[in-house]
Amino acid sequence: MSSKPLLEMRFPIQGNDFMQAGEAASKIKRALQQIGMESGLVRRVSIISYEAEMNIVIHAYHGELILTIWPGKIQIVATDVGPGIADVDLAMQVGYSTAPESVRQMGFGAGMGLPNIQKCADEMQVETKVGEGTRILVKINLR
Amino acid sequence: MAPFFHSVRLDADKCKGCTNCIKHCPTEAIRVRNGKAYILEDRCVDCGVCIRACPNHAKIVHTDPLRRCDEFAYNIALPAPALFGQFANLAEPGIVLDALLELGFDDVFEVSLAADLVTQAMRRFIEQQEKNGPWISASCPAVVRLIQVRFPELIPNLIAVESPMEVAGALARQRAARLTGLSPTEIGVWFITPCPAKVTAIHQPEGTAASSVTGAIAVSQIYGDILKLLAGKEGAQREFRASGPGLGWGRAGGENMALGIADHLAVDGIHNVISLLEELEVGRVQDIKFLECQACTGGCVGGALTVENPFIARVRLRKLATQLPQVPRVSMEEVQVQLGDIFSIKGSISPRPMTPLAANLLVAIEKMERLEIIEKCLPGLDCGACGAPNCRALAEDIVRGIARERDCVIKMREELLAHGNSNSKQKGAE
Repeated sequence: MSSKPLLEMRFPIQGNDFMQAGEAASKIKRALQQIGMESGLVRRVSIISYEAEMNIVIHAYHGELILTIWPGKIQIVATDVGPGIADVDLAMQVGYSTAPESVRQMGFGAGMGLPNIQKCADEMQVETKVGEGTRILVKINLR
Repeated sequence: MAPFFHSVRLDADKCKGCTNCIKHCPTEAIRVRNGKAYILEDRCVDCGVCIRACPNHAKIVHTDPLRRCDEFAYNIALPAPALFGQFANLAEPGIVLDALLELGFDDVFEVSLAADLVTQAMRRFIEQQEKNGPWISASCPAVVRLIQVRFPELIPNLIAVESPMEVAGALARQRAARLTGLSPTEIGVWFITPCPAKVTAIHQPEGTAASSVTGAIAVSQIYGDILKLLAGKEGAQREFRASGPGLGWGRAGGENMALGIADHLAVDGIHNVISLLEELEVGRVQDIKFLECQACTGGCVGGALTVENPFIARVRLRKLATQLPQVPRVSMEEVQVQLGDIFSIKGSISPRPMTPLAANLLVAIEKMERLEIIEKCLPGLDCGACGAPNCRALAEDIVRGIARERDCVIKMREELLAHGNSNSKQKGAE
């Protein structure tokens, strides 16, 4: 992917800001609908962006969600400054969560975030360093 | 795909070109250009929010005048449940049925009675599904259109059961044909409608080729005539046959109450419906089996063609409903044995995505990039003075070629000031 992206949209995300949570995902969905992307694809990207955005809100201090459209691919990158993930394999399991009880009480942090992202993605990478932060890279192929 | 039929239209003489409607429209479907509002037809869901927002009453609804009854040999009124909440001190709902007959209709058929049947059909539909849902009621046509336009991925969640209005129309027409010996085409079936979306549902129904209903007469149009006939009436001649829960369909939460499904959720007001559906789409609504969505605040009693304050009407409906039998006296199975399956939506409901920025995906992406750049140059006040509801919508209109950057009054002012400055500088230099 050395060529220039066709489109890039960046959204700063603030940790613990539950009021704004979901706004980036909702803007991404709107933009893809306006572009005329097929609705199944729009939904997959919406779910990935939403879960990635929520992960930052729930777990990190702050971060950024970047949507890029390349020829043949949509890429979503969520980078954050935060605690990092100690055991990525465990975090990828359905139902596993390190979200505090207060957050779970609100109906967030059910341990579905990363598994949901994986379910909707064609390719997914998680890079993380405990005490520093996490970078999730997701790719979806365009047909 | 056939162009959208719309019941909500503009009376250009009354429109002053203010920005009230564009700011309230939940689907950003209205623009003001050259001093007049106009509707972007691919986005409008006929919810009627603009009708209430317009201080000049320039948004009108295409309904049928009463005199259209002259075209038919036999006419039946289908009163919406919401109609019964419009009148103060109504001793019993049958009095309104009497008034409709007195107005000249040959027969009346309560939509509430059809709601009793639809309740049973919906319950059975949900029971037969393997997936847990949430199953969304397809009874509010504005919600169905909203889902087609903005949430096409949720179409499979719609309950494929016809609305009480459709079922009432089918039953009423068949009964009349049997009683009178007339051909069904000689019978006029008129829905007394609380909202514009139902008018649209009659003229362009979803999932079925043609509506069972002939046309719609606005509650607001017939209200005064009924009111005069109600004076002094205490007992009804015509028996009201629907149950309390059937009548309760006219207010928000009524469908839920009638269906009695444990894990349910009721949401009313189209902006609330949109935010809930957004959550549903990303998987945030779990453990809900049945979802009642009503575009109007308060449910159908809040429809744009009603007269009474929706909160007052809602309380009245609740009171009337408690006086009625709580168990329906009609059975869906019995109707089905006699008339076949008149309940299922047999056709499919198709997505109606809004027109993309360009037909070609690459061009559309390019336009989106330009849209983003233009949006950043706009002031971000979302004032609406340009005729678009917010700055992003103006940016969108610009890349679509239906607006220019100088439609923004702030930009225009900047340009004029800059021009003025360079003029005075030039003068100083001379």
